[in-house]
Amino acid sequence: MTAKTDTDRTEIRLAGEGGQGMILAGIVLAEAAAIYDNKNAVQTQSYGPEARGGASKAEVIIANGEIDHPEVIAADVLIALSQEACDKYAANVKPDGLLIVDEDQVERLPNRPVIRVPVSKLALDTTGKAITANTVALGVLVGLTGIVSRQAIEKAIMARAPKGTEEMNRKALEAGFTAIERLAH
Amino acid sequence: MTIKLMQGNEAIGMGAIAAGCRFYAGYPITPSTEVAEILSRELPKLGGKFIQMEDEIASMAAIIGARVGGLKSMTATSGPGFSLMQENLGYAAMAEIPCVIVNVQRLGPSTGQPTAASQGDVMQARWGTHGDHPMIALTPVTVRQSFDLTVKAFNLSEKFRTPVILLTDEIIGHMREPVKLPAFETIHPYEQVVADTPESYKAFRNEPGDVPPMAPFGRGYRYHITGLFHDEVGFPTQRLDEIDPWLERVNHKFDRHLDEIIMVESDFQEGAKTAIVTYGATARSARHALKIARQRGLKVSMLTLLTIWPFPETQVESLGDQVDRIIVPEMNLGQLALEVERMVGRRKVKRVNRANGEMVTPQMILDAIEG
Amino acid sequence: MSEHILTAHDLDVSEGQIPRENWFESSETLSKLRKSKKFPTIWCSGCGIGIVMGALIRAIDHLGIKNDEVALVAGIGCTARMPVYMDFNTLHTTHGRALAFATGLKIARPDMHVIAIMGDGDALAIGGNHFIHTARRNLDITAIVVNNAIYGMTGGQYSPTTPLDKRATTAPYGNIEPPFPVCELAIAAGATYVARSTVYHALELDKFLAEAIAKDGFSLVEAMSYCHTTYGRLNKFGKATDMMRSLKDNTITKTAYDKLPPEERASNTKFVRGMFCNIDRLPYTSQYDKVIARAQGGAQ
Repeated sequence: MTAKTDTDRTEIRLAGEGGQGMILAGIVLAEAAAIYDNKNAVQTQSYGPEARGGASKAEVIIANGEIDHPEVIAADVLIALSQEACDKYAANVKPDGLLIVDEDQVERLPNRPVIRVPVSKLALDTTGKAITANTVALGVLVGLTGIVSRQAIEKAIMARAPKGTEEMNRKALEAGFTAIERLAH
Repeated sequence: MTIKLMQGNEAIGMGAIAAGCRFYAGYPITPSTEVAEILSRELPKLGGKFIQMEDEIASMAAIIGARVGGLKSMTATSGPGFSLMQENLGYAAMAEIPCVIVNVQRLGPSTGQPTAASQGDVMQARWGTHGDHPMIALTPVTVRQSFDLTVKAFNLSEKFRTPVILLTDEIIGHMREPVKLPAFETIHPYEQVVADTPESYKAFRNEPGDVPPMAPFGRGYRYHITGLFHDEVGFPTQRLDEIDPWLERVNHKFDRHLDEIIMVESDFQEGAKTAIVTYGATARSARHALKIARQRGLKVSMLTLLTIWPFPETQVESLGDQVDRIIVPEMNLGQLALEVERMVGRRKVKRVNRANGEMVTPQMILDAIEG
Repeated sequence: MSEHILTAHDLDVSEGQIPRENWFESSETLSKLRKSKKFPTIWCSGCGIGIVMGALIRAIDHLGIKNDEVALVAGIGCTARMPVYMDFNTLHTTHGRALAFATGLKIARPDMHVIAIMGDGDALAIGGNHFIHTARRNLDITAIVVNNAIYGMTGGQYSPTTPLDKRATTAPYGNIEPPFPVCELAIAAGATYVARSTVYHALELDKFLAEAIAKDGFSLVEAMSYCHTTYGRLNKFGKATDMMRSLKDNTITKTAYDKLPPEERASNTKFVRGMFCNIDRLPYTSQYDKVIARAQGGAQ
């Protein structure tokens, strides 16, 4: 028997290349849940020794009750912004879980349902800056799952956005939300 | 204070501030650097001092020097740096200098895997120095406990004039979870009181069960501190009639205070014949497994150790009297399990080990419970 | 400072001229020694370390610094046993680490005079890293290196200042490692006051030590000494008095050295005594006060 969780916990993994801001995205998601949505959240991370490049991932567990084991056991959601991230973590997504990939970065797809979103292209088109891809990714993730409210994720992003980048981040988040609405049609 | 998403390492930094730490010396090492970064920012705001030393040997030396000068002090490191600190850690034990050493454990041996978790320094925390002396090591399971046990570490170190190790790990150190820290005004740091006059003061007075207070330098109490065996006023000695009382006092310093030093969390289930003894990050996996096991109708007890040194002998021994089997999951190849085996016998102990940088999973523990 | 310098009469206690019970009160400088059980010292008779101790006490006395305001920090070795005999705040630490302990103490108590007392092995081999970094940071600490060119306490092994070709118990065929020039090393690392003298030139040592202690910044005094028990015996240098005489004969003052014509300077083999560096640089603790001001002012 596998260790199915005893709580309502939702396990989310955000993975990409180092420097893409996926760990920060994980922190922001956890803050949205824990500070703005009155839920419990635990965030962990792993990264290679390089400050830039290499594989990097954040894990966020969101629940209403206590969170014991702090890491993903089997992901309810994986958002992968690089081929390496998809290759490494796709197999760990639950059969009924969500696998979201950046369609321009991930060419080889696993044999399972995949949601393809042009995350990095949306970032460039919307803000002109590739570094906003993590914010777009949060928009996609929250838009698809509703794991935290849209207000909570927006507040959490605004609280972390460096002065002067608030509007850019708001647009990037909105682009993520909108992309999902397009998918739904 | 409001709810914040905070890392264990950050909570350690804040705990140090709350406990009255006003000096930090350290050398950068993953996964402990956040502690240094936070204290480099926070200490000067309070008039405290931060210094980045040339290595961990110097860091350990500097915190001892600063405490001799009267400032509560701390350093933080990980395995390789912890190894380098051992000689001066023994000095602090010998010279009875209060100080706090944070070890955010990472995978070893050697450089190992700097960003991967481990509980591989359990035995080093107890026996890493040469010679015999007692040692206190505390192991937080949550971010909030990282704060609370840092405060506790300072208070114990001051009260018992001893170095105290906060033995955390990469998981708890880097993990973020929501915490609401207590208002710092509600925290009461332990302060030593030197009641003697400089004439009557004996820095190392050997009265059994007694911890003589440490007078800081430069306040009229001129005395000698040495890592050599010393007499009651601190002078080196080779006389057995002066060494033996020191050994007696220092090696039994904690004996009458174990209730205050040893902290455990018990979650016992009536009729359980299986128990888990756990600590640090692994305690979270164990609790996860415990809940699932109980959902499945299995009876399991759990003892979480927040103090691993001195080892909670009485608590583990009495748990051993109640159950047939004790599972000891660890992110090492079996270190604290040796202590559990010492208390309850090898046959009762089921080890669950993983030493590749990954956490022991709830499934591994569940398998042991069901197996 | 001459009125504070011990006379031969002061020291002539063996003749019974000063009753034992009055010995410590018999001069200002002796009153800075500890009246407790620690005498006689552990040093071999004829050793130079005691002369450095006398010079240090006279320097402190000359500066009028109270005993409570002085902290002596030492590592391990013959020289490092010096603090225990003196009535100051004394911290005898681990091998090589005196300056690292002293750094913490000085930062905690910038008002105290922190003096680190080390031998050559202690300061420059095991403690070499702390030596250069303490100088670089410019902690206002006075470092005294009593340089006898050997590990004395452990029985005569070669040290980082043992001259080339000389014998040691671990260099039975002669030392092949070039010695550290202690003063030059300290200057390069950033020391603000650097001077060298010898245990033969005790009055000069008094002066340099007083200047070093008074200096607001990292200062180094190299006190050249000798170890007749190990190094002297292994290299057939004779008795303590012979080695003492060699300190007199084989050194030259900086003033005299500077006057030498260039070709004689190039061929000079004598050790130069004198003050080599005296510059002003804001000490670490004053720099850190600025950090505190910035942190408390909220500025970046």
